[in-house]
Amino acid sequence: MEPVVCEKLTKRYGEVVAVQDLDLTVRAGEVYGFLGPNGAGKTTTLRMLLGLIRPTSGRVLLHGQPPGDLSGVGAMIEGPAFYPYLSGRDNLRVLARYAAVDDRRIDVVLDLVDLSGRAKHKFGTYSLGMKQRLGVAAALLKDPQLLILDEPTNGLDPAGMADMRALIRRLGAAGSTVLISSHLLTEVEQICDRVGIIARGALVAENTVAELRSGAGLRIQAAPLDNAAAWLRLVLGAAAVAIVDGALDVTVEPARAAELNESLVKAGISVSELRTRERDLEQVFLELTGGESNGR
Amino acid sequence: MVGSFRAELIKLNKRPATWLLLGIALVLGALFAYVIPYLGATTGTTGATADRGIAATLPANIVGNTLGGYPVFLGALLVVLGVLFVGGEYGWGSWKTVLTQGPSRSSVLAGKFGVLAVAALAFVLAIFLMGTVASVLIAAAENESMAFPSAFDILRGIGAGWLIATMWTMFGAVLGILLRGVALAVGLGLVWMLAVQNLISQLAAPLLPWVDSAQRGLPGPGAGALVAALGAPTGTPGVDSLMGGGPAALVVAAYLVAFVALGTVVLRRRDIL
Repeated sequence: MEPVVCEKLTKRYGEVVAVQDLDLTVRAGEVYGFLGPNGAGKTTTLRMLLGLIRPTSGRVLLHGQPPGDLSGVGAMIEGPAFYPYLSGRDNLRVLARYAAVDDRRIDVVLDLVDLSGRAKHKFGTYSLGMKQRLGVAAALLKDPQLLILDEPTNGLDPAGMADMRALIRRLGAAGSTVLISSHLLTEVEQICDRVGIIARGALVAENTVAELRSGAGLRIQAAPLDNAAAWLRLVLGAAAVAIVDGALDVTVEPARAAELNESLVKAGISVSELRTRERDLEQVFLELTGGESNGR
Repeated sequence: MVGSFRAELIKLNKRPATWLLLGIALVLGALFAYVIPYLGATTGTTGATADRGIAATLPANIVGNTLGGYPVFLGALLVVLGVLFVGGEYGWGSWKTVLTQGPSRSSVLAGKFGVLAVAALAFVLAIFLMGTVASVLIAAAENESMAFPSAFDILRGIGAGWLIATMWTMFGAVLGILLRGVALAVGLGLVWMLAVQNLISQLAAPLLPWVDSAQRGLPGPGAGALVAALGAPTGTPGVDSLMGGGPAALVVAAYLVAFVALGTVVLRRRDIL
């Protein structure tokens, strides 16, 4: 049974459509990256998953059940929110009571996020990074099978970000299913098995990072370069060939690499390098989201 | 629900505002129910409320004298407590933190209401204890009788105080839920307690007979009539024998139930943004 399934999920606020017909599936044991520009509908979707807001239409299933039973689900949504007059530990004590979790688990999660040394201090005195780590600690309190983290590295310094990514990777490797939302492409690229890209409330792509980046074409080093470009334009059409940084970027199925190599050689052109050209994730992201930075 | 109650108890106990409100209630209660009447009586002043005399501050009148503040000023403090305890969750954005741990909204709210009811009882007992100490000191200083009312009268008074105090905390709680925050809820709650109630009873009711009838169905006049029936000194703001103790208790209890129901329905139906 898939940990997360959304079917035709839609949320409207009056005339404003926050999420539109979203289909999304997170498989057991994977780290799934939910990627999108600010305001694309990521947090709204996550809130619907957790039952905090009701969909206008469509369906959410967590482990096959409608939202409601969150045992085995840990989450941090849109930044950490705690009681400023309580210490970090007392905040977790409060949450442990709600979750019916033994207090011994508190030390474990504080240690996991490297916050044991400041656990006695009031939450109101924490830095943004420490607040974020306490938020993740709270999400881990139930030792969840499914962890939902909304922008988990927000506010962390580079070392903190690296630690957080390592923690998420460890949780994924240990068998937990992790759904993280982010607008940081490198972060998603580094830790996610699959990625869903949302723009203007709709899912515009869902695949592995490698597959999203692949399929762009071939990179060819050949001499003479101009002759090679002219020959390939004749074979593939002018729009498929571009000279970039002293080599050719060719938009073509990578499976045709051998055929094109043979064709170039037969035309008297020497080929010194021919490889699949991967797009970077940023390029994919900008293409799919239309380059928006603030969808709504 | 037990887990939610225990969680809410930690939050209430560790929140400085809780103890500040209790401290203010005790100081104001002592000041207006004992210190000022005693000073007035012993210095022989002749003001509008001078008729109370020392007798009102003696142990025999402890029930009425400690209940007199609940219709208005102690009630206002309890409304603030209710708003802070529930509305604060919106201000800090902590509803999502709580609810993603798994408890249902009804369960969390039941825990909150339960803890507010316990806090209201603690307030009432603390005020009663303050009244006991103050009245004994005055009786000792004036060489007056140390006789307290019967245990039944004391328990009935504490029960009535608890009912009113809990109703006011629930009023605050439901304001916090309806207005999704603290500032506006506290402001409007206090406007109702300190201004609107007085305007209704002092200005509108004497002018319009239907307002005079209708105010019997409001929570403040209900609380005022209930404490008046148990001996609270008339002339204290909000204390007025508009109806008997039984009907007044029913009015207060009805509002208590209505506030709990309204808060629960609204919290369950609304999105947590």
